[in-house]
Amino acid sequence: MTYIVKPQFHHPSLSTNKLGFTRRDYEGRVSTLCAGCGHDSISAAIVQACFEIDLEPHRLAKLSGIGCSSKTPDYFLSASHGFNTVHGRMPSVLTGANLANRELIYLGVSGDGDSASIGLGQFAHAMRRGVNMAYIVENNGVYGLTKGQFSATADKGSKSKKGVVNSDSGIDLVALALQLGATFVGRSFSGDKDQLVPLIKAALTHKGAAFIDVLSPCIAFNNHKGSTKSFDWVREHNEAVNKLDVLLGRSPITTSYEPGSLVEVAQHDGSTLMLRKVAHDYDATDRVKAMTYLQERQAVGEIVTGLLYVDPESEDLHDALNTVHRPLNALSGAELTPGSAALDKINAALR
Amino acid sequence: MTRQIQAVNDFVVKFANVNGSGSASANGLFVKAILRMGVAVAARNIFPSNIQGLPTWYEIRVSGNGWLGRRGGVDLMVAMNPQTWERDIAEIDSGGYLFYDSTKPMPASKFREDITVVGIPLTALCNAAYVEPSKRKVLKNIIYLGALTYLLGIEPEVVETLLAEEYASKPALIPANIEAMSIGFNHAKANLKPLGLQLKRADAVGDRIFVDGNTAAALGAVYGGATVCAWYPITPSTSLAEGFIDYCKKLRHDPETGAARYAIVQAEDEIASIGIVVGAGWNGSRAFTCTSGPGVSLMQEFIGLSYFAEIPAVIFDVQRGGPSTGMPTRTQQSDILSAAYASHGDTKHVLLLPEGPGECFEFGAQAFDLADRLQTMIFVMLDLDMGMNEWLIDPFKWDDGKVLDHGKVMTAGMLEAGADFGRYKDVDGDGIPWRTLPATHPSKGAYFTRGTSRDPYARYSEEGAVYVDNMERLLRKFETAKSLVPAPVLKKASKQTAYGVIYYGSTSPAMDEALATLEARGLQVDAMRVRAFPFPGEVFDFIAGHELVFVVEQNRDAQLRALLINEGGVDPARLVKVLNYDGSPITARFIQAELAKGMGAVDVNAAGEMAQ
Repeated sequence: MTYIVKPQFHHPSLSTNKLGFTRRDYEGRVSTLCAGCGHDSISAAIVQACFEIDLEPHRLAKLSGIGCSSKTPDYFLSASHGFNTVHGRMPSVLTGANLANRELIYLGVSGDGDSASIGLGQFAHAMRRGVNMAYIVENNGVYGLTKGQFSATADKGSKSKKGVVNSDSGIDLVALALQLGATFVGRSFSGDKDQLVPLIKAALTHKGAAFIDVLSPCIAFNNHKGSTKSFDWVREHNEAVNKLDVLLGRSPITTSYEPGSLVEVAQHDGSTLMLRKVAHDYDATDRVKAMTYLQERQAVGEIVTGLLYVDPESEDLHDALNTVHRPLNALSGAELTPGSAALDKINAALR
Repeated sequence: MTRQIQAVNDFVVKFANVNGSGSASANGLFVKAILRMGVAVAARNIFPSNIQGLPTWYEIRVSGNGWLGRRGGVDLMVAMNPQTWERDIAEIDSGGYLFYDSTKPMPASKFREDITVVGIPLTALCNAAYVEPSKRKVLKNIIYLGALTYLLGIEPEVVETLLAEEYASKPALIPANIEAMSIGFNHAKANLKPLGLQLKRADAVGDRIFVDGNTAAALGAVYGGATVCAWYPITPSTSLAEGFIDYCKKLRHDPETGAARYAIVQAEDEIASIGIVVGAGWNGSRAFTCTSGPGVSLMQEFIGLSYFAEIPAVIFDVQRGGPSTGMPTRTQQSDILSAAYASHGDTKHVLLLPEGPGECFEFGAQAFDLADRLQTMIFVMLDLDMGMNEWLIDPFKWDDGKVLDHGKVMTAGMLEAGADFGRYKDVDGDGIPWRTLPATHPSKGAYFTRGTSRDPYARYSEEGAVYVDNMERLLRKFETAKSLVPAPVLKKASKQTAYGVIYYGSTSPAMDEALATLEARGLQVDAMRVRAFPFPGEVFDFIAGHELVFVVEQNRDAQLRALLINEGGVDPARLVKVLNYDGSPITARFIQAELAKGMGAVDVNAAGEMAQ
């Protein structure tokens, strides 16, 4: 229903967050994706997450590559600057944007074609550099805009809508992110808002490279029997390792937890991640064990979801580069240009 | 016996060495010593794509007249590489000199009758004085430096001072080096006579500096306010990024906290490099990458995005021999067309064409103002000759009153005051729209940047009329660029003439000399050095004002000429190609021979000079 202009009107009783914004203030234009697309649920989860963490909408920059998923930044956060870049290259553009102004929140939205095929290299290097960003891959295992070709995350043996069996091994971006040094790795399902919203909140407040793989079924080309990215398949095989609540700043803990079942992770920005264990032996702060666990469960056909890994001591690219605290794009000419006296000295050394 | 070449402060010395043998530092000292004696020098490295073992040459032109291009020819060959012996000997001008290591006897057939052969038992001298292999390797170079000091009349005190400066940070090495120099000097003095090529102290260097273009461009980027550099190593541009790293370490740290006022990322490839640059430019930082032709090929898609989405960015392209991997360590001006029209669809980009390290600095800084002002990609086109060789140039200058021009950036105040913000709206008639940076205002001025067609308010649109309007505006913006880029430099001949010559970049020093030589022979040519693309109208006025215009450049396909024909609708018959593209820098002898030939003066020698 893309011809409809979204009405600005909203019900006066709509609740507001601490900054006085309603949920509607975080919305974008009307989606042009297919009705029922998983990606629209993710956009809604992003809206909800930004509303709940009391984000000033204009303090976020949203960047994407090319593809169905990469169109979505137009469908949330209209008050934010957005950049629909080049296929597979969102990570480098976001890296540059982040270097220019470290004070903003950066959200990168990508797809499995964008990040696991053409952009696999850029995905990898953004993770290993620790670019401070939330990186969401809306993963449907298929090229939607070009009508149904397999993507690199399609599982070996899964069937396309036309009945072709995929003979290539699927790329698991979660496993890669863990190996590459991402300091926050999660997986979720577009159909599980209760799990997805807190994960996005935590990723947005995390310092460093935060990656979320969101299985997001393609209603048009990959929701059939034989697909391992269909709504039914993902629901049946989804195994959450934990449940996450994100507590902002000094907000009081109101939920009561069973003793021994809870792990608290303090983040740099003052927020706390409250992790309730579901899988009893799962420790989300142990990278090596997380990698092993995921491999084991994947081998028996489970899709493991939840906050899979978080490094409480995470650092980002700016820490590594020791850049000034003020944004580089705000430095004055006097701070950047050394002047003629310094140049005279340089000249003298070149004689 | 041919008459020996006799010359004071005006000759060419070529060192033939083995890569990785430590010769570069001795050869560098040789050049510095001549400069310190107040004599102008041009020096060029001719090196292989290799770290150790392959042949490398260093060609030094001592020029009392101050001509700093390659002259062509060799008066003294310092032949230190048996691998290239035969071609090195063949290259010496008749009446010239050969300096070689005479430790092993050589048959007469290995030499030439028409040159003067000067042998020094270098290996024997070195092995007698030193036992450790590492010392033998390095100090052998200093021994030949000592011998040449005597043979060419270089003041030994000057060399000693330079050795002391060179090893100031490792003072223990100074006496050993001075000793090695004396071994060579004394042996030559005892056994040989000074050559007919002599150096005499002069006062022709003044306050000039000796620096390569990559270093100069890097310094320009510092002065131009660049804060983000993303790059991927590629010869011959690598030293530009390294220069930026070095200067930033010295000049760009917060004096109180020590924190960096810059961010440099060595990216995974050229595509990521330019992506980072575009992201930083979008977010209001001055950003650049440096690369060479193969890198520009990889960056095509992003260059189109920068053009169409109107994002400031700077690429320093240090050109080398193409196509493909081509000649990585040889010079050419062969990326002009691929840079001017880079990317798919209808695109045109601003190119700045510095003539040497001086303009590398100047344009290196100016490129960032132009990128911000025009909101587009700016190319600064260096080449290996100016990028990696040290040139003798006037000192860098900077006006402290200069303010960085950030162009049309709409502020929160302007939005608050009710400005009608349309990201791609031509408000001022110059084709340049206003932009906002992310997070400018809580509720106004946000827009969605895309490489897809959109209306003046940045709303997605594939409507034909909307697309065409935008493309026409981009042309108006390119028209505006003509008045902002560096203007061409005109040099009129002493008399009215029907002949003109257009040239650019590192051809400049050879052209200066060629023009003077032609003038002295009574051949008048008006010369125009273009310094940027798009070409301002005066370039086409110049062409219209002459019957025949030579276009001198260093590529096979006459790329600048093609650009002139295409952009100015010039009759191709009026533009004569003069092309040097064998990978070595163009020489004055080549230019003057080709121009004289084209002007009907047939008695001129030295055509085919390019083959050297």
